[in-house]
Amino acid sequence: MSTYSRRDFLKTGLAAAGAGVAVAHGFPSILGAQGKDPVKIGVLHSLSGTMAISEVSLRDVVLMAVDEINAKGGVMGRPIQPVVVDPASNWDLFAEKAKQLLLQDKVAVVFGCWTSVSRKSVLPVFENNNGLLFYPVQYEGEECSKNVFYTGATPNQQLIPGAEYLMSKEGGAYKKFYLLGTDYVFPRTANKILRAFLLAKGVPAANIEEEYTPFSHQDYQTIVGKIKRFSSGGGACVLSTINGDSNVPFYKEFANQGLRSENAPIMAYSVAEDELRGMDTSALVGHLAAWNYFQSIENANNKKFVNAFKEYAQKKGLPGGAKRVTDDPMEAGYFGVYIWKQAVEKAKTFDVDPVRKAVYGQTFAAPSGTIKMHEHNHHTYRPVLIGEILKDGQFKIISRTKGLVEPEPWSKYTSPDKGCDWVKHQGTYQKKA
Amino acid sequence: MKRLLLLLLVAWLAGPPASHAQSPEALKALTDLAVDDGDKREAAVNALGTSRDPKWLAFLGALRDGNVYARTQGKTVEVVIGGAKSTRGDAELIEIASAYDRKPLGIVPVSSLTEIAADRRLRIAIKPFLDADETRAQLASRDAETRRGAAVKLGYQADAGAAAVVEAAIAREPVERVRHALREALALIRLAHGEAAVRILAAQSLGTLHSFDAMPALQTLAADAGASPAERDAARQAIRQIERWSLLVRTVETVFQGASLASILLLMALGLAIVFGLMGVINMAHGELMMIGAYATYVVQNLFRTYLPGAFDAYIVAAIPVSFLASAVVGAVLERSVIRFLYGRPLETLLATWGISLVLMQAVRSTFGAQNVQVENPSWLSGGVDVLSNLTLPFNRIAILVFAAGVLAAVALLIAKTRLGLFVRGVTQNRHMAACVGVDTAKVDTLAFSLGAGIAGLAGCALSQVGNVGPDLGQGYIVDSFMVVVLGGVGQLAGTVYAALGLGVLNKLLEGWAGAVLAKIMVLVFIVIFIQKRPQGLFAMKGRSAEA
Repeated sequence: MSTYSRRDFLKTGLAAAGAGVAVAHGFPSILGAQGKDPVKIGVLHSLSGTMAISEVSLRDVVLMAVDEINAKGGVMGRPIQPVVVDPASNWDLFAEKAKQLLLQDKVAVVFGCWTSVSRKSVLPVFENNNGLLFYPVQYEGEECSKNVFYTGATPNQQLIPGAEYLMSKEGGAYKKFYLLGTDYVFPRTANKILRAFLLAKGVPAANIEEEYTPFSHQDYQTIVGKIKRFSSGGGACVLSTINGDSNVPFYKEFANQGLRSENAPIMAYSVAEDELRGMDTSALVGHLAAWNYFQSIENANNKKFVNAFKEYAQKKGLPGGAKRVTDDPMEAGYFGVYIWKQAVEKAKTFDVDPVRKAVYGQTFAAPSGTIKMHEHNHHTYRPVLIGEILKDGQFKIISRTKGLVEPEPWSKYTSPDKGCDWVKHQGTYQKKA
Repeated sequence: MKRLLLLLLVAWLAGPPASHAQSPEALKALTDLAVDDGDKREAAVNALGTSRDPKWLAFLGALRDGNVYARTQGKTVEVVIGGAKSTRGDAELIEIASAYDRKPLGIVPVSSLTEIAADRRLRIAIKPFLDADETRAQLASRDAETRRGAAVKLGYQADAGAAAVVEAAIAREPVERVRHALREALALIRLAHGEAAVRILAAQSLGTLHSFDAMPALQTLAADAGASPAERDAARQAIRQIERWSLLVRTVETVFQGASLASILLLMALGLAIVFGLMGVINMAHGELMMIGAYATYVVQNLFRTYLPGAFDAYIVAAIPVSFLASAVVGAVLERSVIRFLYGRPLETLLATWGISLVLMQAVRSTFGAQNVQVENPSWLSGGVDVLSNLTLPFNRIAILVFAAGVLAAVALLIAKTRLGLFVRGVTQNRHMAACVGVDTAKVDTLAFSLGAGIAGLAGCALSQVGNVGPDLGQGYIVDSFMVVVLGGVGQLAGTVYAALGLGVLNKLLEGWAGAVLAKIMVLVFIVIFIQKRPQGLFAMKGRSAEA
């Protein structure tokens, strides 16, 4: 594939010679770095189509991390050169663009995808060509690929703690659960796991209701009416995996029909700061969300991250400018780049297999606190937070796990016999009873 | 423990706050908080909570929110409340105040303080104190909705001791629906804790109050072998009463929901009924004209917020004509510049208007950004009215229902009674003849098209009150609009009205029965079959139509 002309040979040779001279003469090594070839990485996020609203922010934050790393001398002395492609919210195009990144551009690593269907569509491409993908969004689990690192939450790092919180005394000891979602793979699997969890905790099946709506559903009258009847007698809450802009009409209708967050709270698993930007939040105030990161986390790392992103957005003239916010998938996308950098530096090579092994157990002081990559299952140890929605579209953190929660790609409630291990096993394996 | 807390809660709800300020116990508790010992800290919270002092409760609130710090001065440790933070140079500064009466103690660097973190255990200990205080405050609130929320909460909790508080609240409650909720709460409490005779009375009154919230409790009682036959009978009787009522409420609710969906469908389709139905233009950009109306509403809202914040609630009144005009002007420009060259060529019109819809969407995206924009409901369109007990009809939906009826009446009058309407009908029926008798057909076309566009703008204005406003708002509605017009029969306004009503109610009936996803599929299947059997729609044009 790659053609290596005589001219290139001369150039690299000269550069290498120059670098050698520079080092020999005691120049700072950064000067040497500039002579080296940049290393290419791929950014595979939809910049147009329905998912653009969410995914553009992920591209922004990855490029910001790349800028930061390059300003400090790159990775192993080589600057990073991002190759940004636009799969346009089209699942087939995702696979095509992934192939292009791996085979034509020969990128060392790809940061990308949001929806599960896009991830599923690129999975064979990465596995057949031994590529490396960092996937930054919370998802439904039940996956364990050798070529993917999942920096977002697994079900036990978001879905279960959210339900657990509502069941706890502190959360209000709720007893009836209305599982409401948009009709696609994440809510369906999420609700399967939630239902299994609730049943295991002794919630009778009659106290669990499950319902789905089409994408961009706008008319929630009937469903809110049902929730109202469901919640009569008290002790009822809603676990919502409603996606995107359907949330506004849902919360509005909820408030207008006289349901209040004190008596019937909604725990949302797909509403973050970035989505709240375009919403009239007045009807959402007081409802809850479960994530691994909120912009309102108070610590020095996060403050730096939030300010850096606002500055970056302003400097680059991104729409929204300094009004931009950060959220959970963005944080996961951001620290993913750093985890990869550290792993490369540990492995001292850009080759996929050694880097993959070097990622295991890597830690990083992320904005949400110090996170850790799992030792063998390709997911990430993260803290779990419950936040209450405020009028300004931010979250007040009302509960936080002590320490980090171990990721479980196979939920112990739906697949107790399965595990994921790339050190002692070959990915998904059957646990012995 | 739980009993004790309940008693405390009840004591609080009943008694006025005692005002013994900083008692020695409280001060000792305060210093205990700074100690790293879970038991001591919990005891400290309980000590402060039981003081029933609003200022200590406020302190507990601050503790729960993570705003309490310990300051070491020499050997003594002082507990303070943190306020606004600021940065000067590298140092982060914070305003602090004393724990009890919040006397300002100046601004100090954050690094000089240690945060007293409220862990899970502490927050669980704090919660009942604050909740009880909150409920008491809510019962005395000036906002009727808040009082009702508190009443419902008390009913759910059904604590025996709260009965006296609820009784007192009933006596001074001026608003009927809040009184209703309070009576319900009282009966629920009595049902849970009273003697047999009291329980029978409570069950009866819950039956007459049509209390949905009482259903689980009543069902338990009816099946309770330990209860007397009279009790079980009363419970069964009440359940029957509530179930009958529930059936009535659900019927009214479904009809209203259907009518509400119909009114939205009608608003969307009415403009299209003129453009497509009367003029025969397949306008794929119709949805984008709605979007322009919605964005016009957004702009008006922002202008009011900036220049007339006092009259913010009235912005929607100004937004109605503005959104009509904005879309009508865009429509007129479209007609003059593109569509008039394409009359009688449906395929080209379809492609051209689809292209226009993309251009309009991108134009809006470039001006306002790809994100959805916020359109806030004016306060009088938020919330709802309780028509019957347990039946709340949202104000915004009622308003849209009335609005749709008004627009329909205006359009019907315009088409049937005015000179312009006469010309429109004349031109659409027989263009050449109309031209022969001196009608300026080009002008009539422009006017009719911009009228249709303007109505789309009105629909956009209405939609901004129930849904999202974003660049692709129109995409979600265009299919539904065509569906209504085609089903109603092309060329007829009346058909559009019936089709909108029929589809609205049918959709809501199916949704209640089979869920939203299946309902949508079933409606589409129904329409496909219907159009197969009756291609001309519900109402066909009768008589001699011009170009058939």
